[in-house]
Amino acid sequence: MAQHEVNYLQQGGLPIMLTTVDKLVNWGRSNSLWFFTFGLACCAIEMMASGAGRFDFDRYGIIFRASPRQSEVIVISGTVTKKYAPFIRRLYDQMAEPKWVISMGSCSNTGGMFNTYSTVQGVDRIIPVDIYLPGCAPRPETLQYAALMLQQKIRRESMNRKISSKRFV
Amino acid sequence: MFRPYQPKDNVQKKAYYTDRFLVVPEVPKLPVEDSVSAKHISAVAGKFEVLESYMQRDNVVMIVNAKEVKSVLTVLKEEGYTVLSEMSAVDFIAQKGGYEVFYQLLNMSVAKRIRVKCFIKEGEAVESVQSVFRAADWSEREMYDMFGIHVVNHPCLKRILLPEDWHGYPLNKTYPLQGDETAQWYEIDMIYGKEYRDIIGPEQRDAAYVNEEDTRNFSRLGHEVAFGEEASQEITPIRYQEDDKPLFVKRMRPEETKERNDKSWHTKEGVK
Ligand code: SF4
Repeated sequence: MAQHEVNYLQQGGLPIMLTTVDKLVNWGRSNSLWFFTFGLACCAIEMMASGAGRFDFDRYGIIFRASPRQSEVIVISGTVTKKYAPFIRRLYDQMAEPKWVISMGSCSNTGGMFNTYSTVQGVDRIIPVDIYLPGCAPRPETLQYAALMLQQKIRRESMNRKISSKRFV
Repeated sequence: MFRPYQPKDNVQKKAYYTDRFLVVPEVPKLPVEDSVSAKHISAVAGKFEVLESYMQRDNVVMIVNAKEVKSVLTVLKEEGYTVLSEMSAVDFIAQKGGYEVFYQLLNMSVAKRIRVKCFIKEGEAVESVQSVFRAADWSEREMYDMFGIHVVNHPCLKRILLPEDWHGYPLNKTYPLQGDETAQWYEIDMIYGKEYRDIIGPEQRDAAYVNEEDTRNFSRLGHEVAFGEEASQEITPIRYQEDDKPLFVKRMRPEETKERNDKSWHTKEGVK
């Protein structure tokens, strides 16, 4: 116990919160989104810039974690090749629930300019996507906006949201 | 005289271009005049058959028999061409029924390059030059990966860029740009299995496809609706904090914010 006496009425209000459990949990979730340190192509450079000092994602509670087990958001930042698709699926499966996916850039949205034999035409063919970011490459502000949108989305959903099945669809 | 009428609906979808007036530019072949390169060519010609040799864009080109390529490269390496900077093949199946395999060499001591070419029929193999130039190891694997040309005596001839269970050789001119059937369904077959093809559906390959009503694929800026819902004209407000926020979360009011107008921190003089 602190030795000095805290006058809660004057210093920052009573330590009481009126809220629902849903809101409290979602507030916690949405403000500590841990991103997966995972980049694929040129878009990953913008994602790295977003995490670094100038755009500073840490202030939203977005911290890049180097393991899928510890992260809850995976940003598919770049061109998804067909050779790489099974690995993306595996990384996604390794993430703990609840988890969200941001598809960053034209390449991962639709295949983008790579209308070729070796590119997956949209990462949503292999994993479910929450937010699609247009652009080639989207600027860090766009990714920032997507993160804020994702926070809004999380706050809207129920705490006990349905756990997505291991297999898609 | 009138040209016969052709229906022009859907004209963008059909290839209407013909190469009736196309003249393929050809780089002139000049005789080899510089004496250093001529000496190197004659060192090869003394032992092996040189089918043709000429200069093209300041590059010496030498065409030899496919069977003797390895020995020719060995001779050239002794002449000082110690770097194999590039090698691959070109598909000439439609024109000549085979592939042209080329090796680009660099001589660092006299600053000369030479390109050794040979021609193989479809289905024939080339001898590996990996024991002469280590750089050929991965290049030959790439050549095998992209053209399906077999390389004899290669230590580990398997695909290098594409997955090992890939079907077909993409740099062949007959390979479809958007992939054959196995390529188009590759990721679905790998991850979910063939039975999921129907559920996930074919790839959307039309780059010009736009449909405002299709809210599964498009989202109108300012009029966003949820995935798969009917498109609407209502304006979606852009805001960060919802109205039904938790009571303990403070809301930002734009009128209470202050604009920072001390511009000194990004002037040329630097941070003050
Ligand atoms: S969308 Fe553009 S910037 Fe992003 S990975 Fe594709 S090509 Fe690169």
